[in-house]
Amino acid sequence: MPTPRTVLVVGASLSGHSAARALRTEGYDGRIVMIGDESHRPYDRPPLSKGFLTGTTTLEDLWLEGEDDEIGAEWLLGTRATALDPATRTVRLSDGGSLAGDAVVVATGSRARRLPTALGGDLAGVHTVRTLEDAASLRTELVPGARLVLVGAGFVGAEIAATASGLGLDVTLVEASPTPLAAQLGPELGTVVARLHASHGVPLLCGTPVAELTGTGRVDGVRLADGRSLPADVVVVGIGSVAAVAWLAGSGLSIDGGPAGGLACNATGATGAPAVFGVGDCSAWFDPVVGAHRRVEHWTDSHERPRHAVRTLLGLTDPQASPVLAAPYFWSDQYDVRIQFAGRRFGDESVTIEAGSPETGDVLAVYRRGDVATAVLAMNQPRLFGRVRRSLAVSPVAA
Amino acid sequence: MQRICDLADVPVGEGLRITSVSPPIAVFVTHAGEVYAVDDTCTHQDASLADGWLEGCWVECPLHASRFDLRTGEIDAPPAKRPVRVHRTSVRDGAIWVELSSQTPNLPPGVSYEVA
Repeated sequence: MPTPRTVLVVGASLSGHSAARALRTEGYDGRIVMIGDESHRPYDRPPLSKGFLTGTTTLEDLWLEGEDDEIGAEWLLGTRATALDPATRTVRLSDGGSLAGDAVVVATGSRARRLPTALGGDLAGVHTVRTLEDAASLRTELVPGARLVLVGAGFVGAEIAATASGLGLDVTLVEASPTPLAAQLGPELGTVVARLHASHGVPLLCGTPVAELTGTGRVDGVRLADGRSLPADVVVVGIGSVAAVAWLAGSGLSIDGGPAGGLACNATGATGAPAVFGVGDCSAWFDPVVGAHRRVEHWTDSHERPRHAVRTLLGLTDPQASPVLAAPYFWSDQYDVRIQFAGRRFGDESVTIEAGSPETGDVLAVYRRGDVATAVLAMNQPRLFGRVRRSLAVSPVAA
Repeated sequence: MQRICDLADVPVGEGLRITSVSPPIAVFVTHAGEVYAVDDTCTHQDASLADGWLEGCWVECPLHASRFDLRTGEIDAPPAKRPVRVHRTSVRDGAIWVELSSQTPNLPPGVSYEVA
């Protein structure tokens, strides 16, 4: 492909911004157009469930761009992409206009799953947390003494529970599955991490799906499938996310990576269409270690993978070389504990505790298939974690 | 300058957090044998850079992806946006000596130390 003169980046959050940064780092000096449906410049989302809710992290702290960090892009913010024609690399926009580029990077992210309207999902006082506005709106309701119920005890729910408990709210977590975080950490260590709630006096109800949210106009409670009802002044729904790829319907690009699939890409972010790439939450890259397309919604992967895509876009990678993807990595801060996980779980690993203990909240656990380390979990063990993380398998692992 | 620790206290290729000064600093001995000292707390969030991953004369924050140049304190990428302070070091008689920077430290949100 000849050197592009215009690159359209659809999505102006972490992965789109990382792609634009990488273009400049790799020497591209052509035109970059950043198209973002939110009205903001790129900002950091992890604090939205933590420091931004307490006020420790200010709006100023959230911006991803530093003072000397100008990427020299044109910004089309508050503008949604509504369609893509891969053949001409033309993006149609919500304002009726359209733009064509020599290359397109799709970085439209994901949206929070909501409870359906019929189950009370649209009542006042019911929140999801994905955007700055979502978090700002929740923040005004986090007043001491208020009763907060979290629907879903995944990482977002757990972090908001910990934050709200620290702010003096009366917090309860409700989880449909028998063990929270089992999909990410496995049942054994999911249980260890979820125990943090009980040890901080926050009740966690497991194996209890929500039947509906009750209230007229405003939510006043959560009715569980087992018939129990929990009174609630505020409800936060944290039941996962879906890739923001609906706008690609009709583009001919394939969606892969399971039921909540993302834009199918190879292990360097290339889609089936020439000069069209996918990065971040909206994409499902082929992971050579797993042997399948997978969405990875972690901050670090959205930060680091765009560089691979950009190098391919600029023709800087050797198409014959087998791509290597770093072990996916995420962290979560809950109460006074820093949780870190890296790697890939296949579900048939052995788990060994290599330092600390689950009881003292400083555990380092390594997941292995045979004698190959595939994943690592740490609670308050950043130094040891970093060392094991770098030793994880990056090539296919035999069962 | 003040005496901070013995050179032998810092394993080669690793960092050591020093809390006898405020804010705490991190002292590193690189594989090339160079000795560096910077503020220990990442400028993005409360994390100890001494726990980080040392490669050449760059240290990667143990939590997120930002890397700091130990020679200048500058960062390579978000989420950190501000540099860490660099402190002048020297090695004498098997000990590490440090002259603390007189600049204002760039501490992350929610973290404060009495500046000694």
